[in-house]
Amino acid sequence: MVVFKKPHALSDVPLHYCPGCTHGIVHRLVAEVIDELGIEGKTVGIAPVGCSVMAYNYFECDMIEAAHGRAPAVATGVKRANPDNIVFTYQGDGDLASIGTAETVHSAARNENITVIFINNAIYGMTGGQMAPTSLPGQVTQTSPYGRDVNLCGYPVKICEMLAQLDGPEYLERVTVNSVKQIKNAKRAIKKAFQNQIDGKGFSLVEVISSCPTNWGMTPQAALKWIDEKMIPYYPLGVYKDRSAEKKEAEQ
Amino acid sequence: MNKLTFRTDNCKGCGLCVDVCPKGVLALAEDVINKKGHHPVTAVKPDLCIACAFCATMCPDCIIEVEKGV
Repeated sequence: MVVFKKPHALSDVPLHYCPGCTHGIVHRLVAEVIDELGIEGKTVGIAPVGCSVMAYNYFECDMIEAAHGRAPAVATGVKRANPDNIVFTYQGDGDLASIGTAETVHSAARNENITVIFINNAIYGMTGGQMAPTSLPGQVTQTSPYGRDVNLCGYPVKICEMLAQLDGPEYLERVTVNSVKQIKNAKRAIKKAFQNQIDGKGFSLVEVISSCPTNWGMTPQAALKWIDEKMIPYYPLGVYKDRSAEKKEAEQ
Repeated sequence: MNKLTFRTDNCKGCGLCVDVCPKGVLALAEDVINKKGHHPVTAVKPDLCIACAFCATMCPDCIIEVEKGV
């Protein structure tokens, strides 16, 4: 009996990510969810700019490459033109939380019926490890060699907390993938985000706290520990908004 | 008997699977270099495998296939 094999929705192309990068895990989780929901034929993915810019090579479903940060805008267009398609975007923190903040906030406020997978690794990976809007206070990066100075550079953007203030979005959750248990939890969240779209509930965003061993200057193992020690205290995991669950509670 | 199959050429030798294996089945093959230039993972104690698939769950490159009772 096969206990585990590569999901069909994930292509055979070798991933270009660095050794130990958790992008690959999240790619696989998305592909597993597409397989389990049986939606490969009608799914359209929107690839971002950033490390996952070549995500279109790795999924067997239709993919579109968006301009930097504009994935939710492209997804809005695809979903509105073809409401039967399942549309997801896959974006990093440079794409979603920096150049694409406007698109993210407004597609959430409009409650567009799309699924957003947001990879937060607190650094700009593809460009070589510069400070991102999500870099932690005091974090050493290429452009903050003495640590992020909050008086000079401001404070990190907490996307889930920020969007939870809006009445628009249906579902916001922050998960991580630094252990087997957390990976299973992340898959549950991603599956719910896709199921919400199938049920027509609206904007669902799953923020995945990820590692960047290369630009953090750590081994893959140390990077996973750093997530537990430094990132999760600043970015607490959990459900930030779930309107259907709130409605159910209110009815009871 | 449980069986592990590796797509060895795609392995990047990050070793995350080695760390999560509860039975110490896996190790990086220090005397082998794959196409990508990494030391790929290999099963050094395949008899101890309990097919929990923790390794495959943790693998960022999805190179491990796990079969139970073959």
